[in-house]
Amino acid sequence: MKKIRKTISIITIAVLAFTVISCKDGKKDDAAAPMSNEMHQEDGHNHEDSKKMSADNSDKGESSAIIENYLKIKNALVADNQEDAANAGGMLVTDFEDFDKSSYSSEEQQELSDIIEDAKEHAEHISESPIEHQREHFDILSKDVIDMIAITGTDKKLYQDFCPMYNNNKGAQWLSTTEEIKNPYFGSKMMGCGKVQKEIN
Amino acid sequence: MKVFKTVAWILLIAFVGIQFFPTERNQNKAEYVTDFMLVNKVPPMVQNKIKVSCYDCHSNKTEYPWYNKIQPVAWFLEDHIKNGKAELNFNEWGDYSDRRKNSKLRSIISQIEDDEMPLDSYTFIHWDAKFSKSEKKEIIKYMTQLKNKL
Repeated sequence: MKKIRKTISIITIAVLAFTVISCKDGKKDDAAAPMSNEMHQEDGHNHEDSKKMSADNSDKGESSAIIENYLKIKNALVADNQEDAANAGGMLVTDFEDFDKSSYSSEEQQELSDIIEDAKEHAEHISESPIEHQREHFDILSKDVIDMIAITGTDKKLYQDFCPMYNNNKGAQWLSTTEEIKNPYFGSKMMGCGKVQKEIN
Repeated sequence: MKVFKTVAWILLIAFVGIQFFPTERNQNKAEYVTDFMLVNKVPPMVQNKIKVSCYDCHSNKTEYPWYNKIQPVAWFLEDHIKNGKAELNFNEWGDYSDRRKNSKLRSIISQIEDDEMPLDSYTFIHWDAKFSKSEKKEIIKYMTQLKNKL
């Protein structure tokens, strides 16, 4: 009897403790959220990294990490792979935070801020959503990345593709490194749907 | 029997104890010039429905029913509101860039279309927050118009 009582009180305390801790965790998350905008300024290490990269490339702001992880998401969605898309989405969030736009004109900086703010949210959603949601967010993310490249440029050869059927026949764009169409919106269901709209570089 | 009594006491004390943990109330009294309803010309029906069904979690002012002031319900709710506001805050609509408005409208439309919003856990208690078929159609129509005008 004593043993049972002891066990029960331990369980009760454990449950209580857990409730309190999980509540605290929630708070911590929230406290971190509003700061994420300034992250790239405060996090000296990341800043250092992005500087080094742009020095290597003698480019203005470095968009190649962003394009790299964007393409990873695209490839994962082509392969109907939710998990890989989610991982790449998580990395893309950091890439957007690390992006250094200081070398652009103030007008371009404003435009880039708008793009990054929006795109970062879509990358966050991709990192934590089921695949159909990932595709919805990838649609808008693609638009953001295309607009971003229009400002930053890229040394990569890219194809801007268009699938007229996605989103209730409203259509959706995406970027790819190969001329062959591999559709990230329908994956294996309709791999060949779409056409090349434009070549970049 | 003694065991049950002890457990009951522990639970009661715990229940009373957690009432002393404060939660942040989401009850800002201010009027926001950036509010969705002020920035846009919203038809009265849509306006009313959005306020009833969405504003509790997607604005700076929640109408709290009495049981939401009790722990641990209040914690659960606090978390929901924080996330909801981070995702979309109708009070701050006017501050969003056009690009962001476009994204938000797209999400609003698709979530309402797929019956993902308002959440089941919310309409379970708030019957008046449910959308009828015609309300759903009307709201989606309005949001689509707004999106196309951007």
